[in-house]
Amino acid sequence: MKVGIVSYGAYVPRYRIKLEEIAAVWGDDAQSIISGLKVKEKSVPDLDEDAITIAVEAARNAVNRGNIDASRLGAIYCGSESHPYAVKPTSTIVAAAIGAVPNLTAADFEFACKAGTAAIQACMGLVGAGMIDIGLAIGSDVSQGAPGDALEYTAAAGGAAYIIGSSDLAAVIEDTFSFTTDTPDFWRREGMPYPEHGGRFTGEPGYFKHVTFAASGLMDKLGTKPSDYDHAVFHQPNGKFPQNVARTLGFTPEQIKTGMVVPRLGNTYSGSCMIGLAAILDQAVEGDRIFMTAFGSGAGSDAFSITVTDRIEEIRDAGPKVEELLENPIYMDYASYAKHKGKIKV
Amino acid sequence: MTVARFWRKIPHRYNLIGTRCTTCGEHYFPPRQMCPTCRREGKIEDHKFRGNGEVVTYTVIHTAAKGYEMQAPYNLAIIKLDEGPSLTGQVICRQDEMEIGMRVRSVFRKLGEESNKGMIYYGTKFIPE
Amino acid sequence: MRDVAIIGIGCTNFGELWDRSFRDLFVEAGLSAIEDSGIQGEEIDSMYVGNMSGGRFVEQEHIGSLIVDYAGLASNLHIPATRVEAACASGGLALRQAILSVASGYDNVVVAAGAEKMTDVGMDTATDALAAAADREWEGIMGATFPGLYAMIARLHMHTYGTTSEQLAAASVKNHHNGTMNPIAQFKNEISIDMVLNSNMVANPLHMFDCSPISDGASAVVVVAADIARKYTDIPVYVKASAQASGSISLHDRADITTLDASVVAGQRAYKMAGMTPDDIDMVEVHDCFTIAEICAIEDLGFFRKGDGGRATEAGETAIGGRIPVNTSGGLKACGHPVGATGIKQAVEITQQLRGTAGKRQVDGAEVGMTHNVGGSGGTAVVHIFSRNR
Repeated sequence: MKVGIVSYGAYVPRYRIKLEEIAAVWGDDAQSIISGLKVKEKSVPDLDEDAITIAVEAARNAVNRGNIDASRLGAIYCGSESHPYAVKPTSTIVAAAIGAVPNLTAADFEFACKAGTAAIQACMGLVGAGMIDIGLAIGSDVSQGAPGDALEYTAAAGGAAYIIGSSDLAAVIEDTFSFTTDTPDFWRREGMPYPEHGGRFTGEPGYFKHVTFAASGLMDKLGTKPSDYDHAVFHQPNGKFPQNVARTLGFTPEQIKTGMVVPRLGNTYSGSCMIGLAAILDQAVEGDRIFMTAFGSGAGSDAFSITVTDRIEEIRDAGPKVEELLENPIYMDYASYAKHKGKIKV
Repeated sequence: MTVARFWRKIPHRYNLIGTRCTTCGEHYFPPRQMCPTCRREGKIEDHKFRGNGEVVTYTVIHTAAKGYEMQAPYNLAIIKLDEGPSLTGQVICRQDEMEIGMRVRSVFRKLGEESNKGMIYYGTKFIPE
Repeated sequence: MRDVAIIGIGCTNFGELWDRSFRDLFVEAGLSAIEDSGIQGEEIDSMYVGNMSGGRFVEQEHIGSLIVDYAGLASNLHIPATRVEAACASGGLALRQAILSVASGYDNVVVAAGAEKMTDVGMDTATDALAAAADREWEGIMGATFPGLYAMIARLHMHTYGTTSEQLAAASVKNHHNGTMNPIAQFKNEISIDMVLNSNMVANPLHMFDCSPISDGASAVVVVAADIARKYTDIPVYVKASAQASGSISLHDRADITTLDASVVAGQRAYKMAGMTPDDIDMVEVHDCFTIAEICAIEDLGFFRKGDGGRATEAGETAIGGRIPVNTSGGLKACGHPVGATGIKQAVEITQQLRGTAGKRQVDGAEVGMTHNVGGSGGTAVVHIFSRNR
């Protein structure tokens, strides 16, 4: 049985803050940060947006784009590291908001920035096993970064939703492969508002090791090579890491260009490479092959090999494209940003 | 608002489920269980509104309602839905974008919360169409 | 139905009365009304009291019992007391219930009182308690405040009829001027158009000085069967009409947002009952919880064409000495707005005008006066017409 993407939807809040604005507050050299991170600005949630509202908007875009009867959904899994409730599922609220309740299973996932792709894998399993007709996997975050921490330059807000099924596929997922270890590169303790990280330790032993092993593991398994793919997208904590890992693996800058959303969006954590994949699907044509590898701290990577079908043409224009979501931003100053991010305590 | 009181209205708040009188065809949002036109002759059933409409009038609230202080200033409007009924809701846009007659569509947002440890109220707000 | 007359009035000062409790206030107002009327406690058949939110403002319900008890009329005389509530129209409604009980022949002497103690809670609780007059489930939870609802009326009135912020402010300036001549008024200072326009924005286009204040206060009147009124007073004030009408609780359900249709209908019912027209009214106390509410009221009650209220106010037609003096007491804006007391205080003011005892704010030749009390954004309206002549 072929399993794949029936429909997809993304959502990005309308507000942005430029990195210069953040750097000015902390006395950092903006230009060296921008050229180091290869990120110019990042999205900021509105005062009334959180990982749930973003998940709902992305899910509604996916449901509408594919003209899906939401009651067909047998599973909803929401991946995030900023679930508004520590206990009380994001997924039940999403299910109610898209009209999928009550005959389905639902749960929240957490695996740092790859919780959403783990949700895709879970849906693939249920669909492939014939346990459900279609399932919804979401990655959404209002990413946290402590004031003054390096993360503050990139921690952004956004999400993407994928409806996984076995018929009417807009893209076939040929296979997936994961690589998981116990690596404490980045974490957030219960009750703490901001994550902690191992600084440069997050690089080689974290991101690069896991992305590389998962990606090459999947290509070994499938007998494919980088040049077999038209597009590739990797987790985008900044602009530099995905560029470097792509080069190491043998992908060209051209292959990662379409899915590279981080310079204008920032790191949307669980939304990151899922929004990148959406940007690729917005432009891909029948037969295009896409290679995706997510990374979540802690640590693990999920790699996917995807082939686009002719149905993409039918659904693509029925929902907002990532490019449209990035257009027409409202720029804000640091004070407004601090208010939006709840950094002002009353 | 208590948990049960909010929970009871979740379908209406999340998805603009109102009602419609099949006797006279009138639509109601917020939902009514008694048609004011047909009264006991009326027959009421659920109706899901599309969420598109027009701003009838609006204000920008500076002195916020209790629990809405962090959102101030915010735009509040009376919106006439395309199916007929009007409702009160927030419109998310710049203050200077607000005008009478502007077209809006519904979005899913946080309405408020009981407290920082209490339940979060989600529901429908509007953005320019 | 029997004719009814007011024979006694009493009112506390309105304002932030930090040293007075809820019960201090209504005892003072009630006793001064009884004293003014010359009746004895034994003669009282029943009491009605208007109170919007004792539960929220002073955490006290069972207001009827409390009032009659502390007025010294419970343990010995066991006088029945009934609290009525219609948000800001609670006072007007209490008066109407008192009038109905006398008119029906059931009672001969009834005290109608209104009281609210609003400053024993913080501003956010007070605002939230007042917001309960709107639809909590479909207005309140969206972040609607009372100023916000009236601001939406104002915005559409401006859009439709060209009403200006200056015209709204003129109502506030006029009411403050009247307040300077009223000993019980919360604000006795003159203000200017610029002061209104430069005050903080509460809900665009309404500024702080477009809004009535948070107040403490109580007021009471004694109503009796008209046939026995002259036993107590040389100048009974006769009730020519008592009318009430309901409208949708939510502003968004009104056919026309700029018209409080409950006010229109209550006014029409009152005119019909009294056999009068707006031209017969010498002065009116309207429910100016916000400046726009006064503009709407003078239109909805037929004194001015819809849309002309702002221009007429700016032109001075509603000032004392103008075509139809409006809110000689200072209105809710300057006299103050202890919610449950307001509807009764309006009747106190008209009674003073008709008795010719309104001092510097006296309207010359006052024969007929009207009161107009609104609950919420127009869910309830109560209109009374009073006359020196039976």
